Amino acid sequence: MLAVTLDKIIKVYDKGHLAVDEVSFSVKQGELFGLIGPDGAGKTSIFRILTTLLLPDGGKASVMGFDVEDDFKKIRETVGYMPGKFSLYPDLSVEENLTFFATLFNTTLAENYDLIKDIYVQIEPFKDRRAGKLSGGMKQKLALCCALIHRPTVLFLDEPTTGVDTVSRKEFWEMLKRLKTQGITILVSTPYMDEATLCERIALIQDGKILSIDEPQNIIAQYPDPLYAIKSERMSELLKHLRKHPEIKSCFAFGEYHHISFKKDDEAVHKSLLQSLETKGHKQLDFKTMEPSIEDCFIRLMN
Amino acid sequence: MKQFKAFVRKEFYHVFRDPKTLLLLFGMPIAQIILFGFALTNEIKNSKIVIVDYAQDEASRRISEKIEASANFEVAQKLLSHREIEEAFKSGTIKMAVVFPNKFNYHLNHEGKAQIQIIADASDPNTATTLSNYANAIIKDCQKSLVPAGQKGLNINTEVRMIYNPELKGVYNFVPGVMALVLLLVGVLMTSVSIVREKEMGTMEVLLVSPFNPLLVIVSKAIPYFFLSLINLTIILILSSTLMEMPINGSLFLLYFASSILILTALALGLLISNSTDSQQAAMLISLMAMLMPTLLFTGFLFPLENMPMPLQIVANFLPSKWYYIIVKSVMIKGLGWASVWKEILILMGMTTFLVVLSVKKFKIRLA
Amino acid sequence: MEKEIVISAHKLTKKFGDFIATNEITFKVYAGEIFGFLGANGAGKTTAMKMLCGLSIPSAGEATIAGFDVYRETEKIKQNIGYMSQKFSLYEDLTVVENIRFFGGIYGLSNKELKSKSEALIKTLGLEKEVDKLVGSLPLGWKQKLAFSVAILHEPKIVFLDEPTGGVDPVTRRQFWDLIYDASDRGITIFVTTHYMDEAEYCDRVSMMVDGYMKALDSPENLKKTHGAATMDEVFFDLARGAQRQGD
Repeated sequence: MLAVTLDKIIKVYDKGHLAVDEVSFSVKQGELFGLIGPDGAGKTSIFRILTTLLLPDGGKASVMGFDVEDDFKKIRETVGYMPGKFSLYPDLSVEENLTFFATLFNTTLAENYDLIKDIYVQIEPFKDRRAGKLSGGMKQKLALCCALIHRPTVLFLDEPTTGVDTVSRKEFWEMLKRLKTQGITILVSTPYMDEATLCERIALIQDGKILSIDEPQNIIAQYPDPLYAIKSERMSELLKHLRKHPEIKSCFAFGEYHHISFKKDDEAVHKSLLQSLETKGHKQLDFKTMEPSIEDCFIRLMN
Repeated sequence: MKQFKAFVRKEFYHVFRDPKTLLLLFGMPIAQIILFGFALTNEIKNSKIVIVDYAQDEASRRISEKIEASANFEVAQKLLSHREIEEAFKSGTIKMAVVFPNKFNYHLNHEGKAQIQIIADASDPNTATTLSNYANAIIKDCQKSLVPAGQKGLNINTEVRMIYNPELKGVYNFVPGVMALVLLLVGVLMTSVSIVREKEMGTMEVLLVSPFNPLLVIVSKAIPYFFLSLINLTIILILSSTLMEMPINGSLFLLYFASSILILTALALGLLISNSTDSQQAAMLISLMAMLMPTLLFTGFLFPLENMPMPLQIVANFLPSKWYYIIVKSVMIKGLGWASVWKEILILMGMTTFLVVLSVKKFKIRLA
Repeated sequence: MEKEIVISAHKLTKKFGDFIATNEITFKVYAGEIFGFLGANGAGKTTAMKMLCGLSIPSAGEATIAGFDVYRETEKIKQNIGYMSQKFSLYEDLTVVENIRFFGGIYGLSNKELKSKSEALIKTLGLEKEVDKLVGSLPLGWKQKLAFSVAILHEPKIVFLDEPTGGVDPVTRRQFWDLIYDASDRGITIFVTTHYMDEAEYCDRVSMMVDGYMKALDSPENLKKTHGAATMDEVFFDLARGAQRQGD
């Protein structure tokens, strides 16, 4: 049985805004599945439909074989959910929050302690502190503990790493990997493209539509053109010159380098480009082939 | 059941950890009672009054002197026509007029009785009553000293005329009014704000995506506020009976019973409001608008309902606070029992049931 | 030739009780520079930014913004800077053109200036069809681009950008940086915070806040060199790993 299935799910908000446009995908049991896309792509709507918080306006969806509309009570018993916004009680202490959510799900902290132990030991020193006084990273760990406390079979994490700094983000993904070994199916959404490769399979989503679903490596392998990276002393001018160059198919800034692909890709074209750039006064030109990243793929799929 | 207890405990934590909530919950009723208490017990001094003495005889002079001697009044002796008196009231230069008719002494001595007219500006009913009571006491006092030894009693009839508000509602009206106001306001405000706060914080999402029955979320939210409201009621009763000597003549049980129904109404209303809004500010604003204005206007404790135009009187019938107010007045002041207020209680219960059913039906088990 | 200094901070400090949010930070920003202001959550970025914008009086230290003192000339500072954040930027219930007129009006642009500038702006952003739409109905990326353009409508010396591209799609994010480069070419100094490390690469110089201190300040290239790192991500990780404080 598949852990999660969506079949042509549609969600329309008032004013006719189509937030989710015939989205279909499925998640296998025990899989770490990522929903990757910018704000407003429809990630949260999909999560809310799957967690039975919203009814779809079309299509069918199920979680662990239960229909999101008819069997919503069963789904609520089996899933763990961490909404995008920090959603614990800031005026309750760490321990009080945990105890409350444990009781809510008819369990105790002790019963499933082994599952959250790795995470909980990190926040245990602050267990008497009010949740509102915790740092971003700590809040996130506590929220994850609360979502896990009843040993859910499917875990929904809506943008758990948004607004969290790099260090905490890395730690968080480590925790998810460890959870996966416990057999929990995890659905996670993120606007950060660099986190895509940490998932087993991903769906790239934009404007309510799925752009691509596959393993990250396969999506990268499907990138049609050879990709090159180029840099010089003056990056912003380099970008302008590249855009005007007739042989360039695509070109965009990408951190330290600009990423480019050619209409007709051969040595001669490369040479003529570098020459023309040098005549335009670019020094210390660095040109090399580049393995595309998920972000490269996303940009290509968007255009 | 364990879940339920955990929920209720959590709700109490919220209340006791938020100074603003505590202040609203307990500060408001105390402040209101004390404010009204002061308004009722405050002695009035140096009120401007005018004595209009058409008699100018011995008896009238002696009474006038006594009135002038009182610290309560600042007296002007003037011979004014009735129209001039009215002008003075309208301009607000005087609060009361004491009028001695012609041949006051003559009537008193020959007929054994005479009349003094006291006209008071009752647009401020509290002041008007207090002032006329002061004047009355002085006149009654004089009456004794005017009687020569051995003669049978004389009788000075004071004719009190309250202008602008001939009904002159009694001051005890305030306490039942404040009770209705506080119970409604606190109940509606607290429930709506506390539910909407969970929506705002996102915790409502987590609660909904849990096996916990969504309706129990609501019930367990109502319970703490129900008990806090009862505590509130007790505070009001203690304060009003000690500070303001407000009597509780009827059954205390009946009083709490009726109050419990009103609190339930308030909780149901709060739930209804929380259903239709997503921000705490909006919830607060709606609660205040929906509660404060109608309760003040249509309960009957500030403005007598009997004087209102028919359509407004009909509107008042739809307000739970009106019926609660009648019950409380009957029980506390008149000391009446079940037999006399069962009709009002039934109406109140009907309204409450309607609101509870409506709010439960409207409650969303999903986000939208 | 000496470059013009537009922001100069010397031992700038802000304390909240015993808590030192920003601890003696000293740095200079030059005219037309794109200055990246990075740091983990709670490292003191927001506090520092508030002081530089004249919204918060420092506890100690000195700073001048566009030549104006942060203690005494906050009003003049405000006239010379633009500000845009991820959270608040434009009024969602006003239309595109109403927002432009309102913010232009605040900075005292004349009607004539306003008209020509808003027309130019709408054309640059390709918003001709959306002029009379409510800002709330625009996609996030467009909103952010519009918000930035509005923030520099009065040609300020410096513009402060607080996580301007959070959650924006990769294509719009790059278009946003095109706007930043254009502004920088026109001589506007950019002071920007971001969580995207690739964007740190777009800055001329990057500073890194850790626990209230400014732990590093250099060009991305030099930072990578000194930390023996291949990417800015690694530099950030290397610097922030030792952080004691976690905040927000």
